[in-house]
Amino acid sequence: MAIKKFVQVIAKFEEDGRIIPLQVLWEDGRVFEIDRVLDMRPGVSLKVGGQGIRYTCRIQNKEVCLYYEEPKWFVEGKEKA
Amino acid sequence: MERIILHSDMNSFYANVECLYHPEIRDLPVAVGGNPEKRHGIILAKNQKAKEAGVKTGEVLWQARGKCPDLVIRAPNYQLYLRFSRLARKIYNRYSDQVEPFGLDEAWLDVTNSARIHGNGLVIAEKISRDIQEELGITVSIGVSWNKIFAKFGSDYKKPNAITVITRDNYPQIVWQQEVGDLLYVGPATKKKLLKYGIVTIGQLAETSVDFLVLQFGKMGAVLWRFANGLDDSSVKSFDEHYNGNERILKSIGNSITTPRDLKDLKDVKFIIYMLTESVAMRLRETGCYCLTVAIHVRNKELHSFTRQQKLAKPSDLTREIAEAAIALFENNYDFSSDIRSMGVRVTDLVPDSTPIQLDLFGNEELRVRQARLDETVDELRKRFGNLALRRAVTIGDQMSGLDPKKDHIIHPIGYF
Repeated sequence: MAIKKFVQVIAKFEEDGRIIPLQVLWEDGRVFEIDRVLDMRPGVSLKVGGQGIRYTCRIQNKEVCLYYEEPKWFVEGKEKA
Repeated sequence: MERIILHSDMNSFYANVECLYHPEIRDLPVAVGGNPEKRHGIILAKNQKAKEAGVKTGEVLWQARGKCPDLVIRAPNYQLYLRFSRLARKIYNRYSDQVEPFGLDEAWLDVTNSARIHGNGLVIAEKISRDIQEELGITVSIGVSWNKIFAKFGSDYKKPNAITVITRDNYPQIVWQQEVGDLLYVGPATKKKLLKYGIVTIGQLAETSVDFLVLQFGKMGAVLWRFANGLDDSSVKSFDEHYNGNERILKSIGNSITTPRDLKDLKDVKFIIYMLTESVAMRLRETGCYCLTVAIHVRNKELHSFTRQQKLAKPSDLTREIAEAAIALFENNYDFSSDIRSMGVRVTDLVPDSTPIQLDLFGNEELRVRQARLDETVDELRKRFGNLALRRAVTIGDQMSGLDPKKDHIIHPIGYF
């Protein structure tokens, strides 16, 4: 089952108040660059249970949904709980 | 121009938010229930599965478990529900600035003026329904009509995740066929009374002579008759989210509590009345009002309850005067035939605190002025150091003394009037 995985994020705060995530720091020390934010809108994760701003990001040619559920960021993790 | 009013109702709000956050229980019957230890052990909301099993809102947890043994009961998380309520309101605000919340999970919207931008009532309802489902992951039922009463009726008519449009052409077929109890403000007591006169459906109520209804029910009779005929023309009050929900004209201020243990004697009751009055009077002063009337609400162990009210000699915002009036009311109206489970103190007939007060020859106005100054100082200290920083001696040394009605105060649905 997918789990709600809270992650560290480096983000840029725009003048107009938007928050753009730049990097996701994984717990094992790996750093994932976000190549592009394809979409950002409020959304829910039905898979792991959560609601926030959903950023659809391209990371290493894969589409990943990153959620900003104030004040934390999470992704839909694959590993078993 | 004909108004377009929407009433949106988030289905099984608390339960569905819990299900959203806990995918593992999503397919089980789920209810949100209070904490039995604090004696709030009732069902507050349930999801569709639990509803099908016969679980009802308001019943005691063990009753619900009896009907539905595998029921998952979750403790309420108000902060989360408040957040969802606010997010939903933001979505409503995309389509209208006239949004009137009715509790956390319901709201009226007047979209008359945005119809040209966003499409007709049905189209707007569909957009709202879609936005809420996509962004908040919960479903809504929406009623569309030309008045608030039929819009509310529409949102209750089909659930969950449905839109009902009630027009001037179809309302006799939809609204009038239904039981009179489905109409807003026809509760069990009114329903019973109406039944006595052979009024079973809303249609029958609408076709009854208004004079007869006024004779039986007083001015509420005329109100109900107007409701049933779709003549309600009350407006959707717009709501300023930065103003904490009380920008509409305040009619009363009250706090009530189900105490952690039963109240057995006057000492217990005084304690609770003082505690509640501290919060009520402070809120009264914050809004810059005096009250003319004090009311109490008492519910005993058998769940019988009554309210009593009394006018004050002078308009007041003094904690002591209000508390003493409440205690006097209680003493005159209750004999402790049964222990008390919950109590409330409420002040009403509010007037601005700039209202001149008629003095009298024998009253000690100097004392009242001193009292007022004392209250002011107490408020100031509490603002700086918290509501429990300064307390009355009566409220110390009891398991209940940690209660803080002012801070724990939650906004409940406000009456329609």
